[in-house]
Amino acid sequence: MGRYVIRRLLQFIPTVVGAFFLLHYMVSAGIQLRGNPARAFFGERTPSPEMLAAVKRLFNTDDPCLAQEGNPLHPFNPCLGLFVERMGNVAVGDFGTDYRGRLVTDIFLSAAPVTLRLALIAILTEIGIGVLAGVLAGLRSGGFIDYVVKISTVLAIAIPVFVLGRMVQLSIVPFARWLRDNGASDDVMGLVAVTYKLDYPWLSLVIPGIVLGVLGLATTARLTRTSLMENLRADYVRTATAKGMPQRRVIGVHTLRNSLIPVVTNLGYSFGVLLGGAVVTESIFNVPGIGGVVIRSVRFNEGPVVVSMVTILVIVYLVVNLIVDMLYAVLDPRIRYD
Amino acid sequence: MTDIQSAGPLGQPGPLHGEATSLPPGDGPSTERNASLWADAWRELIRNPVFVLSSVAVLAVMSMALAPWLWTSLDPQDCEIELGRQGPGGGHFFGMTKDGCDMYASVIYGSRPSIAVAVLATLGVVLVGILTGILAGYYGRWVDAIISRVVDIVMGLPFLLGAITLLALWRKREWYAVVAVLIVLGWPLVTRIMRASVLATKNMDYVQAARSLGASDLRIITRHVLPNAIAPVIVVATIALGSYVAAEATLSFLGVGLRPPTVSWGVLITHGTQWALSPGHAYLLLVPAGLLVVTVLAFILMGDALRDALDPKLR
Repeated sequence: MGRYVIRRLLQFIPTVVGAFFLLHYMVSAGIQLRGNPARAFFGERTPSPEMLAAVKRLFNTDDPCLAQEGNPLHPFNPCLGLFVERMGNVAVGDFGTDYRGRLVTDIFLSAAPVTLRLALIAILTEIGIGVLAGVLAGLRSGGFIDYVVKISTVLAIAIPVFVLGRMVQLSIVPFARWLRDNGASDDVMGLVAVTYKLDYPWLSLVIPGIVLGVLGLATTARLTRTSLMENLRADYVRTATAKGMPQRRVIGVHTLRNSLIPVVTNLGYSFGVLLGGAVVTESIFNVPGIGGVVIRSVRFNEGPVVVSMVTILVIVYLVVNLIVDMLYAVLDPRIRYD
Repeated sequence: MTDIQSAGPLGQPGPLHGEATSLPPGDGPSTERNASLWADAWRELIRNPVFVLSSVAVLAVMSMALAPWLWTSLDPQDCEIELGRQGPGGGHFFGMTKDGCDMYASVIYGSRPSIAVAVLATLGVVLVGILTGILAGYYGRWVDAIISRVVDIVMGLPFLLGAITLLALWRKREWYAVVAVLIVLGWPLVTRIMRASVLATKNMDYVQAARSLGASDLRIITRHVLPNAIAPVIVVATIALGSYVAAEATLSFLGVGLRPPTVSWGVLITHGTQWALSPGHAYLLLVPAGLLVVTVLAFILMGDALRDALDPKLR
């Protein structure tokens, strides 16, 4: 186990550096092709050269390799010096400020708890319903439930989250009105609210969380189903049945435990999908989380803030993946020895 | 070039449609040629109602994108702003868009940018993916090491977050920027699949035979490895087409995709989401979103059917 952990940690470093370089390179190429985002700070007004230079310095985009004129490798100068500098900044937790001078790390930390709650509800939905649907479908492959699960998972993949979110809101509005007219309590009204309510930090996130969870639910259900069906054919299941073990225990303990390994592995990947989906869901339900901040920065043309926020999210994503990989090694001892 | 004899049952020229025409009607005794993977797959697919239905839907959508005038005689740019958001009725069965254009005509003409972005992105992803996948799988060693590392790194970037970042800095939302970003973030998936498929094909007896007969690498790759390793990529490409149609809409919704005056499904749905919650305007969302969902669904189901037909393990 120790050797596996060390090897995985060593692989982690080039992946992180590589992902950052990819982001940095594409961002630099974008600036070289499209002009400095600091220009957007002034909107329609034309700033004096000194002011423009000052703002460029403020957002750390004053490096000559980002310039459009007099740049030797334009527009594909990789700006290696700037990359090293940025990595240094990231290492000490400096992600710059937004256009109002607020630290990006502060913005991130103040928005993080909301997104964390949203993600938690989504993951619970994804695992709870996804695994249950997958098990029911896998036990009777070709049966009615299998058919229903198959159709609903394909539908869940085909409907974009933002369409699903609006459609859920559309169908909830008349229901909520009916509840209010019949004197429902405030808690119930918080639950069926179509936007985030500060007074109900958990309840008003339930519906957005479920919508977000649907995104990964289909994959979880399908994985569970395939994996369960494969394991049901395994020798150890036959042995367990042959020695007279009750069916409930054969499936509930022996088969399920082994079937869930690929599902756990998939959680790392689906966390990345979740991060992207959170941007969409938070925008639909007006949730003031990290995704909401990203979208607001996009709308206000605050390019540097988007890059910093996404950089932090990528770190979180890669760390989660690392943890999932470790968990995988704990669950399935076979992979430690390859 | 077309020496079918030397290709024999190994290298099948012209996947799918080439076999379709040579297929004998009914259940006649199959010739050796028809026992190939593609012919078997075709015979299975044509009897699969899901595949037939989804390919009819795909063909319909494709014809909308290529020749929208076949579907409507109305001009999508013939708009009256005072008719904006007028519900269905009065000669406009699907109502009017936000800008007072006929919704049906807008949706039909809106398929072109959406489908164009998806098709171009898929083509790009498949081309880059096949090329890098073959290089990594066939040549192995350091070529493989480099390509596989780059693939790992690009896949370490969550798709939607990466796309938002890149397009946010682009600021002007031209269609080619969207296509470029989809390709840059999407190719590693195809590379992985192609590489695995090439690795499995490379050690087949017929490839060894060709090599011992002195065939060049280029010939082995184009005549033996590629035709036999490409099936999984076709499946993934079909599904990717659907997901890129959805991705265009999502990016437009987030404000980083296509923008008016371009009228794509994404742009129409985005207008729909802004108005859907006000009473009587739900159709602004439901009409374009409905067509989008049907299209995405058709591509996914078609890909699933292709996978079932092309995977010999399931037989």
